[in-house]
Amino acid sequence: MAALLFLEQTLNGLQLGVTLFLMAAGLTLVFGIMNMVNLAHGSLYMVGAFLTATFAQWTGSFVLAVPLAVAGTFVVGLAVETLALRTLYARDHLDQVLATFGLILFFNELVKIVWGPVAIFVDIPAFLAGRVELIPGAPYPVYRLVVLGVGLAVALGLWWLIARTRVGMLIRAGASNREMIGALGVDIKRLYTLVFALGAALAALAGAMAGPLYVVEIGMGDSMLIKTFVVIVIGGIGSIRGAFVAAIIVGVVDTFGRIVPAQLGLPTAIAEMAIYILMAAVLFWKPAGLFAARA
Amino acid sequence: MATETLLSVDRLVKRFGGLTATDNVTLDVRRGEIHAIIGPNGAGKTTLVAQLAGELAPNGGTIAFAGRDVTPLRVDARARLGIARSYQITSVFRGFTALDNVALAVQAQDGHSFRFWRPARGEAALREPARAILERVGLAARVDAKVSALAHGEQRQLEIAMALATRPRLLLLDEPMAGMGKEESERLTRLLAKLKGEETMLLVEHDMDVVFALADRISVLVYGRVIATGTPAEIRADAAVRAAYLGDGDA
Amino acid sequence: MNADRRTWFVIVLLALLAALPLVAVATGQDYQIGQFRRILIFAIAAVSLDLILGYGGMVCFGHAAFFGIGAYVVAILNWHAGREVPLVGDWMGTNNVLVTWPAAILVSGGIAALIALISLRTTGIYFIMITLAFAQMIYFFFVSLRAYGGDDGLRFDGDTVAFGLIDTQDDMAFYYLVFAVLCAVLYGGRRLVNSRFGMVVQGCRENERRMKALGFPTTRYKLAAFAIAGATAGLAGALFAAHESYISPSIMHWTRSGDLIVMVVLGGMGTLVGPVVGALAFLFLEKTLPDYTEHWMVVFGPILLLLVLFARRGIFGWFGPKDDGGGNGH
Repeated sequence: MAALLFLEQTLNGLQLGVTLFLMAAGLTLVFGIMNMVNLAHGSLYMVGAFLTATFAQWTGSFVLAVPLAVAGTFVVGLAVETLALRTLYARDHLDQVLATFGLILFFNELVKIVWGPVAIFVDIPAFLAGRVELIPGAPYPVYRLVVLGVGLAVALGLWWLIARTRVGMLIRAGASNREMIGALGVDIKRLYTLVFALGAALAALAGAMAGPLYVVEIGMGDSMLIKTFVVIVIGGIGSIRGAFVAAIIVGVVDTFGRIVPAQLGLPTAIAEMAIYILMAAVLFWKPAGLFAARA
Repeated sequence: MATETLLSVDRLVKRFGGLTATDNVTLDVRRGEIHAIIGPNGAGKTTLVAQLAGELAPNGGTIAFAGRDVTPLRVDARARLGIARSYQITSVFRGFTALDNVALAVQAQDGHSFRFWRPARGEAALREPARAILERVGLAARVDAKVSALAHGEQRQLEIAMALATRPRLLLLDEPMAGMGKEESERLTRLLAKLKGEETMLLVEHDMDVVFALADRISVLVYGRVIATGTPAEIRADAAVRAAYLGDGDA
Repeated sequence: MNADRRTWFVIVLLALLAALPLVAVATGQDYQIGQFRRILIFAIAAVSLDLILGYGGMVCFGHAAFFGIGAYVVAILNWHAGREVPLVGDWMGTNNVLVTWPAAILVSGGIAALIALISLRTTGIYFIMITLAFAQMIYFFFVSLRAYGGDDGLRFDGDTVAFGLIDTQDDMAFYYLVFAVLCAVLYGGRRLVNSRFGMVVQGCRENERRMKALGFPTTRYKLAAFAIAGATAGLAGALFAAHESYISPSIMHWTRSGDLIVMVVLGGMGTLVGPVVGALAFLFLEKTLPDYTEHWMVVFGPILLLLVLFARRGIFGWFGPKDDGGGNGH
């Protein structure tokens, strides 16, 4: 029945949306606060997924592997920020693009060296593998609901962090006026490192949970990265709220964009292009995104 | 002498969140005069200039140029109408020579630039007027110097040159003496004095000597509001102005 | 004087490139000519990117898309002609370069103009990401074109005869044709960047705010530059298709756009000749590094980082005067 299909796809869209939000939140903060283009964000997603696969193998528990992988990627994020990216904050965007492009190549190859070129399949843990009937007659995968739930919980936690804590206040201030927080005597270096590592952790969480849904392979972060860019452009750089709203919109549009054209008899080319057309339309109307944080 | 009004600003308002940077500013600039804007730091002088130039959109009020409402026009459209601006912080083309810079300014008013073949540096129609202007401002000896090699004072002269090169009807000069030493300042003041009468200017300045020497009329801006407008003598005598500005030993 | 050093470098470089096929034949390595030709084709694409990146200051991360569009225009027209399948109405495409190559230039230039129309409403990070996203859109468009092979690529009859004289299957002849195009692009590019138009484009890079204050409607000039660069990349793509007889969407994958940027910066941006050097260096590394280790990318990545930090002016840039504004018209 069309209504059940619609419900299923909506949930899929929301699940993709929160995954995109996890990616976009960290990235939009890095863009907004450090004014840095970071192409390697997708690599952190990938590292999170691979670490999860390995830890799951070692510990035998997927649920344990996820936080371990997130912690591990957090450390990787710290290392990358202090060793490689610090010098780039003062540079112009072209330099950042080139350097982080180099990082993508580096990470893709590093992962190949450590894990080999073959894709890894991660199983959904048994207790999450079933389906549940939210509406009688419409079974939906439990795991996807869990991903959706975790994503929303993190979004809520992030909101609390940004809106209710001192660190969050600094982040908000930094996103709208970078020079100001320096003048307030805040240790900028530490704030930047924290923001970056936090973004890395969020990306890793997205990657960790995505493993069982898609396949864990080299370069998996790259396509996710570009979708994340679309989310941020639509949402507005520096805005977490914008990232959330845009992520949900993009997740839903991308999901429906895959099935609607076939249903309507349109060429399937539109499917992949849907979110980019959406982005172009939003930009035409609001060049700084829907919720631009900066004045 | 024609006392035609060239620029007319009517109840201009600009707010930044809770702060009103421009508070119902009304003033006018007559053709051929030098109208100076003075005021303490934070009075909103640069904000005002930015709105006149078109870089900042006001929240209310209108700006009319030669009888025409230019409030909705963007920066480049206003520049083509004849409003030229010099910046408080030097804003030129650092990779080019002084001559290149001024030639580019000349080029801006010489029709469209969709010419793809002839070397621009070889075009007399651009280079000759540029040289003439550089000579007028006193940079004849430095035409081929890269901007990065120019002294600060020379760069400020270049700023003026570029504004002049567009053959403007109105010059918006935002603190042209900024960062200059005494000698350089005097040189620039002499230049502006030479231009007096030929060019119409709205001059924002801190240096009181310069202002009182050059200005035909002065408007005093305090916290975004014009508290007085008049001749230098009138302004010097104005009690409110003394209290708010001159009397406090500023500048 | 530095200008002489640079001029000599260019002369030597061009002479070397002209002599390359002859040397290859003399040393019995005829098969290499195809490789060199490929390098020259990418050099043309890199030079076209330099116009907007080096001279215009626009960081476009989607340039490979225009290259790909040019290639596909030629490939599709050739495919129809070869299979005798109608394209539009009764017309069955063509393999006449006098039609296919201008078509490639027009289509890629036109699409570049459309993309610029939207992208130039933004600046900074947004601009970079938007050009990247549009390039992705175009990539996926071609991947989804099942009629023309989609992801598997398109095999077509590349047996074209250029201008009734040159058989594109003749390695040497086609090499010199490509070489001639490269020289023409370099010469035309040089006239362009020194012209009134070029001055405006460079001015926009240096200080767009001032350009507007002088009265230049900057957007239309940037758009024109973008379209010209896209059209030239399309020409390179057309040459590529004529050379290969098989193309796939992978030539416009976004990492190819990254490669083009690397070529421009590695060689020296804002110099026109720099990107030629960069293309040579990049493709040379791409060919030889794998001989040392299968995992050469692990090294190449950090090399890029070091390039950015320490050798920003690139190889050819090193030959120039120290405070070159990056485009004082070579």
